[in-house]
Amino acid sequence: MSSSVTRVPVVDYLALGDGDPHLVGHRCDACGATHLDRHNACPACGGRAFTSTPLPTTGRIESFTVLHRGAPKHIGPFVSVLVRLDDGTYVKANLVGVPPEASAVDTDEPVHLVTYPAGTDDDGTEAVAFGFAYASGDDRTRDDQHGNEGDDR
Amino acid sequence: MSDDVWIIGAAMTPIRRHLDRDVLDLAADAALGALDDASATIQDMGVLAVGTQFEPYTFGQQVQKQIGQTGIPVYNVHNACATGATAVRSVLMEIRAGETDMGLALGVEQMTAGSPPYRSTRPKDRNVFEPDGRDGHVLPTEGVLGTGQMYGVFAQTGTDYARRHDGVGFEQFARVAEKNHAHSTLNPLAQYQRPYSLEEIMQAEMLAYPNTLPMCCPTGDGAAAVVLVSDARLRTLDPDVRRRAVKISASVMTSDPYDPSGLAHPDVNTLTRLAADAAYEQAGVDPRDLDLVELHDCFATAELVHYDNLRLCEPGGAGEWIDRRGPWRDGEIPVNVSGGLISKGHPIGATGVANIYEVATHLRGEAGDRQIEGARVGLTHVIGLGSACAVHILERSAG
Repeated sequence: MSSSVTRVPVVDYLALGDGDPHLVGHRCDACGATHLDRHNACPACGGRAFTSTPLPTTGRIESFTVLHRGAPKHIGPFVSVLVRLDDGTYVKANLVGVPPEASAVDTDEPVHLVTYPAGTDDDGTEAVAFGFAYASGDDRTRDDQHGNEGDDR
Repeated sequence: MSDDVWIIGAAMTPIRRHLDRDVLDLAADAALGALDDASATIQDMGVLAVGTQFEPYTFGQQVQKQIGQTGIPVYNVHNACATGATAVRSVLMEIRAGETDMGLALGVEQMTAGSPPYRSTRPKDRNVFEPDGRDGHVLPTEGVLGTGQMYGVFAQTGTDYARRHDGVGFEQFARVAEKNHAHSTLNPLAQYQRPYSLEEIMQAEMLAYPNTLPMCCPTGDGAAAVVLVSDARLRTLDPDVRRRAVKISASVMTSDPYDPSGLAHPDVNTLTRLAADAAYEQAGVDPRDLDLVELHDCFATAELVHYDNLRLCEPGGAGEWIDRRGPWRDGEIPVNVSGGLISKGHPIGATGVANIYEVATHLRGEAGDRQIEGARVGLTHVIGLGSACAVHILERSAG
């Protein structure tokens, strides 16, 4: 990947800067509940002050589906997962590096955050998305991690 | 005792072109300002009414996610230029009715162009990545950050239940659709009226694992209505009207209380459990007293988890319950004998009245071929994502 390419995160709670890519949450100063999106007051307690907090990059899958109908054409069938990060924060994303099949999902096995290029705009800026992968998927290249190149449909 | 209602807090934002505040910011500014002015907190509120003419969906629930999710009933009010006043009146009526003693009414509108949309994507001539919405997304996130498609969302609700409880898999979810399609063969009002075999359901097109096409509600048109009267008025009516009257023994509405997972994936379980438990207490009815239930089976996965949420089966035992035909029309507690949303159909605005029509018709003994004999007590349940849940318990007139 060329260093001259400008890269932007696909959503603002994905941090690509220093160190390894990770998610960033807004942690409520009053109750500690952590939210990915900006909130005017804390949905858990009504507190109005938040501190930006880096989130762990590992967690476990709590629920999944393999979305077939209505999947974006350039993506194809994909595995949608709800991941509980190790600090208890929840995030929805794709499970990558596996075929889009229910049998490929193991909710007992830990997953970790990975990033991959998700598109390029007319200025050549690259959007970087995140997903989650099993440790056994580590030897795959980034481009393969999307896991959606299959021609099932 | 007076039935006067008083205002103890009030606030408003400047009215101008707000280029730096999205519509949720404006709503939150006014709501939090009014709470502060009243020296009250969101935890003190027993009801929330939110008026807006142009914001779609469960906008009041989106506001709750900015000011506090305490599980209280939310009224989303839409009444043209009388919208805000109608929101105030909705709270007033809840208080006057004795449902609660304090509530928050809010009206909001964002009508100028150029202010930041909190949800939509703006059309562009060129494809240039610019952060949009509250999460700052630069491209559509469907299929990148999981799915927001309804059949996919409810599929995940099902696989979450299957992960936590034994004996739940693709076949148990499919059996829900087998049952509802069988039930609708007796309902002349149903959109589908033919049976589907379990094998046919499991081999049909997979929309989102584990929901195949016949496990998902169809799109359809329809309407339903009911007339309500006070007890005092009922006493003045014709004996034949009184004989057929059906009592609303419980009426409960909830929204999502905060749950750490709920902002990433809608939690349809907690608010259903809270509503059901409150309804059982209000009516003095035990789940085992129910003669029939019409619950919100928008997808087969949803129906299965609601067996547990509505306490119809043993805790964690929804898979085992469908396996032994507990919710079939000849089972322990018949569920969705109309065919449910999966087979009767789901014209969205009509659904929460249509299920009351169905239960009332059985309690009156007028359900024809699908009549549950001797039905005396029934429960209806609907849920709208965002979320809003309503549970009603109906009873046959004693007369």
